[in-house]
Amino acid sequence: MRIVGTSINRVDGVKKVTGALKYVDDIKFHGMLYVAVKRSPYPHARILEVDTKGAEALEGVKAVITGQDVPNRAGLYLEDKTFLATDKVRYKGEAVAAVAAETKEIAEAALAYIRVDYEELPAVTNAVEGLKSEAPLVHPDLGQYKWGPIFFPEPGTNISNHYKIRKGDIEKGFEEADYIVENSFYVPHIQHCPIENHSAIAQMDADGSITLWASCQSPYAVRKALSVAFDLPLNKLRVISPAVGGGFGGKAGTTLEGIVIPLAKKTKGRPVKLTYSREDEFVNSFVRQGMHATIKTGIRKDGKISAVKNTFIWDGGAYTEYGVNIVRAGGYASTGPYDIPNVWTDSICVYTNHPVGGPYRGFGMSEIHFAIEQNIDMLAEKIGMSPIEIRKINGLRPGGKNATGQIVDVCGLQECLEDVAKHIDFNRKESGSQPHKVRGKGIACGYKAPSMPNDVASSAIIKMNEDGSFHLLVSAQDIGQGSDTVLIQMAAEALSIPPQKITIKTGDTDYTPYEWQTVASRITYCAGNAVLKACEDIKEQLLELAQLRLGVSKRDLVLKDEYVVSKIIPGKGVAMKELALGLSMADGSGIHGPIIGRGAFIPPNVRNTDKQTGQGEKPVAFWTYGCQGVEIEVDIETGKIDVLKVASCFDVGKVINPKLVEGQVEGGIVQGLGSALFEELILENGIAKNPSFVDYKIPTADDMPEMIINFVENPEETGPYGARGVGEPCMVPAAPAIANAVYDAIGIRMNSLPITAEKVLKALKEKSSVL
Amino acid sequence: MKRDVCFILNGEPVKASIEPHVTLLHMLREVFDLTGAKEGCGGGECGACTVLVNNKPMNACLILAVEADGLDILTVEGLSNGLELDELQQTFIDHAALQCGYCTPGMIMSAKALLMKNPTPTEDQVVKAISGNLCRCTGYKKIVEAVMDISNRNLGS
Repeated sequence: MRIVGTSINRVDGVKKVTGALKYVDDIKFHGMLYVAVKRSPYPHARILEVDTKGAEALEGVKAVITGQDVPNRAGLYLEDKTFLATDKVRYKGEAVAAVAAETKEIAEAALAYIRVDYEELPAVTNAVEGLKSEAPLVHPDLGQYKWGPIFFPEPGTNISNHYKIRKGDIEKGFEEADYIVENSFYVPHIQHCPIENHSAIAQMDADGSITLWASCQSPYAVRKALSVAFDLPLNKLRVISPAVGGGFGGKAGTTLEGIVIPLAKKTKGRPVKLTYSREDEFVNSFVRQGMHATIKTGIRKDGKISAVKNTFIWDGGAYTEYGVNIVRAGGYASTGPYDIPNVWTDSICVYTNHPVGGPYRGFGMSEIHFAIEQNIDMLAEKIGMSPIEIRKINGLRPGGKNATGQIVDVCGLQECLEDVAKHIDFNRKESGSQPHKVRGKGIACGYKAPSMPNDVASSAIIKMNEDGSFHLLVSAQDIGQGSDTVLIQMAAEALSIPPQKITIKTGDTDYTPYEWQTVASRITYCAGNAVLKACEDIKEQLLELAQLRLGVSKRDLVLKDEYVVSKIIPGKGVAMKELALGLSMADGSGIHGPIIGRGAFIPPNVRNTDKQTGQGEKPVAFWTYGCQGVEIEVDIETGKIDVLKVASCFDVGKVINPKLVEGQVEGGIVQGLGSALFEELILENGIAKNPSFVDYKIPTADDMPEMIINFVENPEETGPYGARGVGEPCMVPAAPAIANAVYDAIGIRMNSLPITAEKVLKALKEKSSVL
Repeated sequence: MKRDVCFILNGEPVKASIEPHVTLLHMLREVFDLTGAKEGCGGGECGACTVLVNNKPMNACLILAVEADGLDILTVEGLSNGLELDELQQTFIDHAALQCGYCTPGMIMSAKALLMKNPTPTEDQVVKAISGNLCRCTGYKKIVEAVMDISNRNLGS
């Protein structure tokens, strides 16, 4: 291969380094109106009355909407939300009314003239409390909502999904154990913090059709949800995603899009724009759900884990239309990448009066692995075994069985573990750089599968131009991960043309073909397969025409360097571009017409798991396995942790672009480092206390560790060129590896995130007072 | 009451009449259509709006437009010359020092300011210079490598 596997430069580089790329907030239309949103001051309250007359009377105000304008429930997996509150508010910050006005200042000023009368209700501010029978119900009407068949809400409770794994015989598994250990962990809410805040513009045409420009990862999924919410036929709703300034899952679903559309319906064709503030981004987009984990494990003296019983209780927030699937993923992956014969898991999504939980890079895996990977280290210590050895003994291998009973086909976990142990020099003790600093090393494994419905679809179209260049059309969105570049590389390889000859166009539901979503680390695999199929289609057409032109059987023809050439007769061939519009015959007639390739893909043979046991032969498209090791230094005088070095190794099947995948993993590691050391959206009585970068710190350049990034390549049988995704998996082991290193350094087990300097110092003081 | 401001913008003298409460960032984006500088927080916390003011990197969201009077402002749009990229811009591309691209204009301007003052910075100096620019995608490594590439080239020449 000449193009796949090479580090070509990003195709979107020039637009980005020059500042020329227009993100949604950079788009300005003549006559555009600006939006401000009236939000709930309470975590849980009944709405008694909303009076908007004062705002409507204000000069410059062009439209005001309330929940009564958007009564339909919508949602990706469970239709439990409206875009503005109707009967009651379920979190502090929920939209109650919105104003479109000539300027942003007028829109914001108008909010003061909207009167909302509330009756405060007792709030659910802890997921565990929310499970109790006496807890207030966040969604009393849950039984009337619609949901997908793979989710299990329990109407009359706050449970919006209860996913179960029942594998083997759990009691027998515990009987076989020499030790039984139970540990609990907590992972707090965090926020994606893309540097671009959400932004959307809607405009209604004279015939009532709507065009929406949104900073969204998934224009087709957004179109579908909005068409349900607003009773718009799909051919009357066009969603354009011009560019996305960081997503990480936060821009996968729908949020503010559902506010600008109903306003645009009232503004007589004037476009309506809403851009979130940073505070909005923290509270009113999506957050990563909080999670309480309890893991009870049975282990034999020889290191083999015989049984594991997990309870994961997820703080889903006010609406769990998306969150229910994170809980499902946390369930079917609940053992981590280990082969455990007896498993009992309850993964439970609980409605609370907190900001809306939603997809976040890792989709449940970062959360459960924080618990699983520390638990593994604790088990190793219990039986006097090294953290490496216990992972070798229990880690998945080809032929083994995962939590759903699926037989593992391809799995480079053991190779990754060995690579990381070597590069972090795991068994070597290091001394601190100063007397009050101590070093520690930690390791963690991880795995992730795309968490998506079984039959999600992708498609691609490739058009050939008269000069032999191409346009590749997809709705896979380049949200920074590099999909534009990687998909071009795959197409260029398949067609034997230089990548510079392909221009990619994405993200416009009227013009680019269907893609379910840009999520789940699925684009390289799913969209990549669709692109390859479109290339096959083109190739077939070109060979057919070249066969006629050259008088050589198409069996003996190949595409090579922009030509169709004979494999047998040297020098016999025709330039691909000569066939671009079809074939001109000797008598002056023509046949076929323009060359356009079409490709469609659904991951093959992915099937539902059993409802009662969660068991199934192939519940996901593929698994990505890997491992990370870290070296840290803890300042025992201040509690501050410095992450000095991270070694990472993932089995990606095939590296399509080394430079880009390296960068993606580096980004995942540092994002994981942030979640490990600094990040928590602090919620007190349902109110976010730190929705700014002053009070919620994310890593800066100064926090960056040395990073050693490696890959192994065991090809994915159904993957394009053998590739599978790694965008999310690379974040998963980072936090538990750091937590394990903290234990190695100071002998203190940190059961909750983030591991702040304050927490470390407090724990050190408690430990020394005990001793 | 609008006030007139005259300043140098990307090498050319410009004039604007602007309300006194409007920020430099807002003026650049809304009046001059220079949308390279981004608003990520509006409070000087993220660095996405970094521009050079008399060759110093500043958060344009923290400066009032009227304060620009008489100053020399350089935005990312002023770095390239037509289709010809600035050396730093090209190095960012070559090192894959960008992903979603939203922090990139601000990041490049902070690094540019450093290189204008010190053509051969050390890695620590680079890290310090860009530590006010938040990036959520890259993990910063390739950004630092890109700037160090220029530093090393300058050291060699």
